[in-house]
Amino acid sequence: MPFPLPPLPTIGQLVFTGIALFTCASALGVVLARNLFHGALALVATLFGVAALYVMLEAEFLAVSQVLIYVGAISTLIAFAIMLTRSMMYGKTSPLNRQAGKTGLFAVLIFLALFGFVQSIPWPASAAPVLANESMIAALGEQFVTNYVIAFEVLGLLLLVALVGAVMLARDN
Amino acid sequence: MQGSTWSDGIVGLLTGLGLPEMLALGIAYGIGAFILVNFGMISALLLIWITRKAISRMQDRLGPNRLGPYGLFQTVADAAKLISKEIITPSQSDFLAYNLAPVLSVFGALMLLAVVPFAPGLIGVDLNIGVLFVVALGSIGVMAALMAGWGSNNKYALLAGFRVVAQLLSYEIPMVLSILTVVLLTGTMSFGRIVEAQSLTIGGLNLGIGWFGVMMPAAMLIFFISSLAEAELTPFDLLEAESELIAGFHIEYSGMKFAMFFLAQFVNAWILSALMAILFLGGWQGPGVGLPVIGPILGFGYFFVKAYAVYVLQQWVRGTFPRVRIDQMMYFAWKVLVPAIVGLIVAQAIAQKLPFPDPVIYAIIFVANIAAIWLVATMLQRYIKGESLRTKRSFEPTSLIGTMQEAKEYAMY
Repeated sequence: MPFPLPPLPTIGQLVFTGIALFTCASALGVVLARNLFHGALALVATLFGVAALYVMLEAEFLAVSQVLIYVGAISTLIAFAIMLTRSMMYGKTSPLNRQAGKTGLFAVLIFLALFGFVQSIPWPASAAPVLANESMIAALGEQFVTNYVIAFEVLGLLLLVALVGAVMLARDN
Repeated sequence: MQGSTWSDGIVGLLTGLGLPEMLALGIAYGIGAFILVNFGMISALLLIWITRKAISRMQDRLGPNRLGPYGLFQTVADAAKLISKEIITPSQSDFLAYNLAPVLSVFGALMLLAVVPFAPGLIGVDLNIGVLFVVALGSIGVMAALMAGWGSNNKYALLAGFRVVAQLLSYEIPMVLSILTVVLLTGTMSFGRIVEAQSLTIGGLNLGIGWFGVMMPAAMLIFFISSLAEAELTPFDLLEAESELIAGFHIEYSGMKFAMFFLAQFVNAWILSALMAILFLGGWQGPGVGLPVIGPILGFGYFFVKAYAVYVLQQWVRGTFPRVRIDQMMYFAWKVLVPAIVGLIVAQAIAQKLPFPDPVIYAIIFVANIAAIWLVATMLQRYIKGESLRTKRSFEPTSLIGTMQEAKEYAMY
C-alpha cells in the first residue's frame, strides 16, 4: 500500500502553526527571560497567542475575555508589582534556582501525562452546529445564575474579600 | 457573525473574476482594513487642527492660520517636521519595551476603528461582542504606557506610567458600567444593533431620534467624564502634567516615535467621542435614514456630525477646566462615579423586570437617571465647598501658627 502524500496544508493550518509557534516561543521567553519585566511582557504575548487560538476556534467571546482579564488586569498587575520592586526591575535575575532539576523533572512528567491524555481520550466531536454567538453569551449568562450559581456567588465573595483585604492593607493606620 | 454589506460587493466582483471565495474575502477585508487605518491616520491630522483651533478660540487667540486655508495644513507641516527629526534613544533604555510601546499604542487605537458603525451597513466587523472588544483593547493602551514608562529608564516616565495605570484602570470601571446600561437595555453587545435599536418609528416612518442619551442622561454624562479620563484630556491630564512630570510617559521619545503616541492619543479621543455618539446619541440614526438611496449617505453624515460635535465638546472641557489633583481624581472615580453608576444599573435592572408597559419602564429609568445626576451634583457641591473652605483656612495668617483645624465636617474622604 503506497503511503499517501500528505495533502497541502490549508490556510487554517498555516495560521494555526504560526500562532502556535508564536505562543510557544513567548512561553519559553516567560521562563527563560533574565529580566523579570521581559518575562512579564512575554507572558502578555503568550496570552495574546492563546486568545488568537480561541479566535481560530470561533470562540470570540472567550478570546476577548482572555485579553480583557489576563492582559488587561492580571498582566498589568504583574508588571506593576515588578515596577515597584527596584532590585527586580533593573537587575538581572537568574531564571533558575536550587530546585531547577526537580521542577524540570516534574514539568517533563506533566507534559508526558498531558500528551498521553490528549492521545488516548476519544474527544467527543459532535456534528451539531455551535450556537450562534449572541445566544451563546445569553446561555452562558443563564447558566451562571441557574446551574452554577453557587460557584458564581462564591467567586464574587472571594473577589469582595480580596478587595476589602487590599483596602485594609492600604489603610494608613 | 452577521454578514456586513460593504464587503459583499467586493467579494462578488472578485469571485466573478474567478478567484476562490476565501481569497476574495481576504482581499475585501484587506482593502477595508487599509481604508480604515488610513482614515484613522488622516483624521488625526484634522483632529489636531480642530483641537488647536478650538483651544485657541477659548484662549482668545487665532491658532494656526498661516499654512493653507484656516491653517489646515499646519499639522501636515508638523508631521513632516517630526518625520525628519532625529530619533534619540536613551542609552540605558530597554530595547524591546522602548521600541514596542509606540507601536502597541497606535495598534490599540486603530484596532478600535474596526467595530465603529459609520453608516447603515458600513461597519468593519459587526462583532457580537463589540462592546467587550473595545474594553479589551483599552488594556493594550495601558500596557503600552507601562512599557514606555519602564523602558525609557527615566523616573518621570516611570511615575507617569504608574499614574497611567491608576487612572486608566480606575476610569475604565465607570466607563464599562455606563456602557452596560445600554447593553442591559438593548440586550446586545454589537454596536450595529445598538445603533439600530435607537430608531424611533412613528407611523411607519423612522425618525431616528430614539437616542439613549435622552432616556439615560446620567449614564451618558458618566460615560463622557470617564472618556475624558480615558483620553487623558485636561481635567484628568495628570499623566502628562507638564508642571509635574514634564511630559509623561513619552518624555524620552522623539521624532516619529513621539508622534505615534500623539497620534494614538488623538485617535483614541475621537473614537471615544464616536462611541458616545454611537451609544447615547444614536450613531447614524437621524431623520430620514430609512429612505432607500439617500438614507445611508445621510446616516454617514449624521454619524460624523455627532462624533465631531462630541469631540469639540471634549476640547471645550479641556480648554475650560483646571487639572484635578491625583487624590481628587481617584476620589471622583471610586466614590462618586462608581457608586452612582452601580446604583443606576441596579435601578434599571429592577425597572426592566417590572410588569409595566415599555413607556412606563423608560420613564422610571429616566427618573432614576435624573435622581443620580442630582445626587452627584449635591455631593460635588459639598466637596467643593469643603475644599474651598480648607484652602481659605490654610491661607489665613492664623493658620500658619499651628492653630489651623482640620475641616473635618467637610472632609469627605
